[in-house]
Amino acid sequence: MTLKLPIYLDYSATTPVDDRVAKKMCDCLTAEGNFGNPASRSHVFGWKAEEAVEDAREQVAALVGADPKEIVWTSGATESNNLAIKGAAQFYKKKGRHIVTMSTEHKAVIDTCRALEREGFEVTYLDPEPNGLMDIDKFKAALRDDTVLASVMFVNNEIGVVQDIVQLGSICRENGIIFHVDAAQATGKVKIDLESLPVDLMSFSAHKTYGPKGIGALYVRRKPRIRVEAQMHGGGHERGMRSGTLATHQIVGMGEAFRLAGLEMANENERIRMLRDRLWAGLQDMEEVYLNGDFERRVPHNLNVSFNYVEGESLIMALKDIAVSSGSACTSASLEPSYVLRALGRNDELAHSSIRFTFGRYTTPEEIDYVIALVKRAVGKLRDLSPLWEMYKDGIDLNSVQWAHH
Amino acid sequence: MAYTDKVIDHYENPRNVGSLDKEDPSVGTGMVGAPACGDVMRLQIKVNEQGIIEDAKFKTYGCGSAIASSSLVTEWVKGKTLDEVKMIRNKDIAEELELPPVKIHCSVLAEDAIAAAIADYQSKHVTA
Repeated sequence: MTLKLPIYLDYSATTPVDDRVAKKMCDCLTAEGNFGNPASRSHVFGWKAEEAVEDAREQVAALVGADPKEIVWTSGATESNNLAIKGAAQFYKKKGRHIVTMSTEHKAVIDTCRALEREGFEVTYLDPEPNGLMDIDKFKAALRDDTVLASVMFVNNEIGVVQDIVQLGSICRENGIIFHVDAAQATGKVKIDLESLPVDLMSFSAHKTYGPKGIGALYVRRKPRIRVEAQMHGGGHERGMRSGTLATHQIVGMGEAFRLAGLEMANENERIRMLRDRLWAGLQDMEEVYLNGDFERRVPHNLNVSFNYVEGESLIMALKDIAVSSGSACTSASLEPSYVLRALGRNDELAHSSIRFTFGRYTTPEEIDYVIALVKRAVGKLRDLSPLWEMYKDGIDLNSVQWAHH
Repeated sequence: MAYTDKVIDHYENPRNVGSLDKEDPSVGTGMVGAPACGDVMRLQIKVNEQGIIEDAKFKTYGCGSAIASSSLVTEWVKGKTLDEVKMIRNKDIAEELELPPVKIHCSVLAEDAIAAAIADYQSKHVTA
């Protein structure tokens, strides 16, 4: 069997839409299909569209153990995070103006918190432990009398670690603090049961789980009832929380994608775990290779590895037959390495040397074997070119060198 | 980001990779950049008695443009005098490799590497 190149190993950036999902979406577009406006109350076109939207709402709710009435459609996890964090902070600001989150959150959370800081809120950004996980005691210690909201992501997008949402949520509940969780990277990967989880608001995205881009949802708990200030005003859709005509085809796609995730995630995750372990076993015997993020408390879909003394962008260039992403962003004059890896306490070399491999539904063992051979060749070639590797081999401590920073 | 064919050529077939003996009085070594910035360039030149650079070697930790810039520089300096080499500007390197604006710093680093190698060589030959 011949491999189709390039090999896609960037499933945490986005996933392809599953063929079965695409088929359902296509049925909601053209004149022959279910194209009506779900808000049209006066004719069958609207009623049919509304029915499709409500079916999808049930499918999304079912995957995460929620009541369909707790699901609000949005344009994606970024909007869900904005609505949850700004919406709750603004609604409950009389209770307090302090927010706790993590420094390794997605930018959609960090930047939203920054925006609230400009509105007079105070935000604490907690660093994780070196394995990427939040220390429960540090979290507890950061809470104050005026803390109104905490936001912690379920699964980290760069290093795949799974935070202890049960414990963190319980602490919030004991202290009367609203708890928001960004679960964009979690659906279909970890079991989510909002009936038992102490979580008030949870953000979802369709396109990380084989659904389309441009659609997401926010879970807003009803018991006890959580309120959010609308960020998008208009026709009062979604019970006033998010106005805008519902995109039937997108919503139907998200529903079907989440339904399939529920059916298939147990088998799929086992298969993906074997692929991930196969890759890690293949890379581990190289010198100076480091795993970023805890290995145990991590989704099987992610392997984030630093190849010491090799710069990430040049490595990606050598790996042009595989689609991966690097923690090194050498695309601006600032040359900032990944803020997530920096927050783990990784030094600059390791942060600049990282590659994120993320696997999914269509990854095969043959692809993994090809990737192992390719990575070994590429790292070997770049180390032959690397003055840092030569110095390491000569026993020079790179920390003792006076670098000419530019 | 898309790289130009010239960058890809130097990256895939880097010229003059390697090391010269840095204790050799005829060798000048320039190492510039820092791991924190994501690029470290080491350029070495071997100067003969006529003051001509007869050999040059490099090793670079950095992105493809940084590797290409240093590889190109080793080709350019060979056979030239120190004074001629001092005339090489980062602009020349960036133009030759058609570097995009975000990669101009790679060519700056290469120019710095030339200057550092020359300075190291000259520090070994201070005439009293």
